[in-house]
Order: sequence, then structure tokens, then C-alpha cells
Amino acid sequence: MAAIETIPATADPMMPQPYVVQRVDKDTPDTFSLLLEPENGVNGASFQPGQFSMLWVFGVGELPISISGDPSQHARLAYTVRSVGKATNALVSRKVGDQIGVRGPFGTGWPIEAARGRDVIIVAGGIGLAPLRPVIYEVLGNRHRYGRLVLLYGARSPSDVLYRKELVAWARQPETQVLTTVDYGGLSWRGHVGVVTTLFKYARLQPSRSVAMICGPEIMMRFVTRELELQGLKRDDIYVSMERNMKCGVGFCGHCQYGPHFICKDGPVFPFEQIRQLLDKYEL
Amino acid sequence: MESLERIIAEHPFFAGLESYYTDLLTGCASNVRFPIGSYIFKEGEDANEFYLIRAGKVALEMFPPHSKPIVVETLGTGDLLGWSWLVPPYIWTFHAHATQETRAIAIDGKCLRGKCEQNHDLGYEVLRRFSQIMVRRLHATRYQLLDLYAVK
Repeated sequence: MAAIETIPATADPMMPQPYVVQRVDKDTPDTFSLLLEPENGVNGASFQPGQFSMLWVFGVGELPISISGDPSQHARLAYTVRSVGKATNALVSRKVGDQIGVRGPFGTGWPIEAARGRDVIIVAGGIGLAPLRPVIYEVLGNRHRYGRLVLLYGARSPSDVLYRKELVAWARQPETQVLTTVDYGGLSWRGHVGVVTTLFKYARLQPSRSVAMICGPEIMMRFVTRELELQGLKRDDIYVSMERNMKCGVGFCGHCQYGPHFICKDGPVFPFEQIRQLLDKYEL
Repeated sequence: MESLERIIAEHPFFAGLESYYTDLLTGCASNVRFPIGSYIFKEGEDANEFYLIRAGKVALEMFPPHSKPIVVETLGTGDLLGWSWLVPPYIWTFHAHATQETRAIAIDGKCLRGKCEQNHDLGYEVLRRFSQIMVRRLHATRYQLLDLYAVK
């Protein structure tokens, strides 16, 4: 099992740095991507795919949001946010030029080093594609370092599919297979219909030389890990990203405790084997 | 030209089946092709066959009353289509719509039921394979019903 990569937080992890909104893209009817740049013109914080930031909407509140942009673009940070409540509504309502406070990046990243020279299997559900998008940028931007890329993505309905144009563009890349499915399709949808695990029968996998990264609702990740094991992947080669109510981001406050772990500090990315038994406990 | 027997033996649904059984199946089989946009069968019609999809895509559609039609599942290359031929009253419960040109092997259900009655070893092999598919699809349907990605 490869060690998860931990990046130290900024000098004062509790002090938000001022960033300015450069662009807001509407991905789906309720999901938006924001592109931020540091206000003072210096480089933005570098990050590992899989890490998250705490985003301050001044006067409203602070939210943990995964970084969804390209890790090679140091000057900018991208976040994909689903509008589901007061704070997320305020965040996605920001306009170009508005200020947002950013703390972090925090937490563990996806096992990029362990994936070098191997096939990368990405399984995402819903907005779980956002924390995995930096991995896709990393693999496609450094194609010679990795084997095949297989992306299996499930969304609720055709209108909920994230990054539509990019999915099409990624599918055209060499040594890349992109399969998208929706749980409910109308008659005009010509893609797959069925839960994300139904895509495995169409995926061209080489389990013995693959690393799998999964992000989505916990129950979806349980189904997917079982399917990956059925396909022949070793548990040590499976990684999942967990979500809890992160507050401080550095393991002080305990809001995101998950068994013996703090999601903000020990996660959000975990080797599956490390949390396998916790995933089956409904009360956690 | 590929023989029907070979095509059946190489389809994932019947992978590993002994050639003796493949011979028996071949006696009930025919090659079929459905143009894009055509319906392979419709809800309420007699279910006389099942299909081993060789290439293409099929949408399983339902038409709920007072609501828009929905696609509940799609099937493609290597998949099995249809099990209503196996269980009385042998009636299809949804529409099967070829959303791409689809090539398949059709197996006559009445013919196969007769052979399974006469040869219980064949019957066991067929039921064992169908039950695996049915359980996987039942699990997938339960998982679909959870509506995991909805805002709670």
C-alpha cells in the first residue's frame, strides 16, 4: 500500500488568504465552477489532486470545497460547488471580481506517485467527479508517466452530468476510455442508463496493473469497491475520498472525526483498506 | 461466415458452456438485426424469445401513466436482453428500443423451454446463468432506487 501524500498547510492555516473570482461557469442547473486568483498577484497555493480548501464567503460562512482544477496551473484555483444551502448559494452567487477567503489546501491527495507507470481507474458519482478532475488533468498532461486511463462516471440524470465538453474531449485522448451513465434517462438521452457499477462490463481493465480512485456517496463507494474486487483489483490498490463536516481543516476541532481518523487531516483520501470496516458502519 | 454455434459459444452469457449444450441451443437460435430506432419488442406483447446482443445498444423504456416515458436501463454489446420468456405468463414488461443498429442472436424461448424440460442439465445451466444476471440487475435496480445523487 503506498503512502498517501500529505502536503503541509500554509504558515498560518487559520488565516484566510484573499482571492478574487476570475470566472464562474454553470456546469449544471445547480452546480457551478469558480476560478480564483490570489488578490495580491502572487502565485496561488500549489496543491495535490484530492486536497480541499476552506472557502470563506465573508459575512456568510466558511465551507470545505475540493479543488477541481489543474494542479499544473499554480496561479489559479478552481472549485466546483453544488448549491444546496445558504452558504453554498452565497458561494455560487459570487460575481467576477468578488473576493473570497481561501485557507489551505488541506488534507491528503490521491496516490499520484503510486499510479506512475500503471493504469488509472477513476470511478466517480455525481459531484464526486470534481475532486478527481485534477487527477485526470495530471494523467492527460503527463501521458508518458501513466498507463491507460479509465473513467467511469455516474450522474443522476442527463442534466446533472458535470463537465460535459471535457468528458467528450477526454474520451478522444489516446489510451483513455470514458464511460458515462445516468440513473434516469429521458427518451432523448442516447448514452448509458443504469447505476455506475453497470459500466464495469464495458470497461477495458487490467486489474493487476491498475490503481483505482473513487469518489461519490458512501454507499456508491461501497458498491464500487466490491465490484473492483470482483474484477480482480487488490484492496491495496483502491483509494476512496471521504466527506464530513470539516471546520478547522487541520485536525484541531474534531468536527470531522471518523472513527480514529480526522477526515480533514488524515483524509479526505484514504487507502480503502484503512477505512474498509468503517465504511460498513452506518452510524459513523 | 461465423457459425451460429460459434457465435453463441463466444458470447459472454454462454462463456464456458460445453459444446454439447451449445449444439442444443443452436437448434433454437437465429441471427437477427434491428435498425436504429426500431422496437425489438413492446410491453404487453408475447415474450417468445431472448437475445444475445452482439453489437449495438438497446434502451429499455417504460411509459408510466401521467408522466414522461423513461429509459430505465440500457444494454449493449455482450449483454443479454429479455427473461420474460422464462416465466409465465411470458409477456414483455417494457419496450426494448434499438437506439443503435443492433445485431443479436435470438433464441426461441418456447423451443428452449422444451429442450430444458427434456434435458435438466441444460435447464440447470440456463437457469444458473439467468439467475446471476437477474440478481445483478436486481441489485443495480435497488441501488438506482436509492437516488444517491439527489439533494436530501
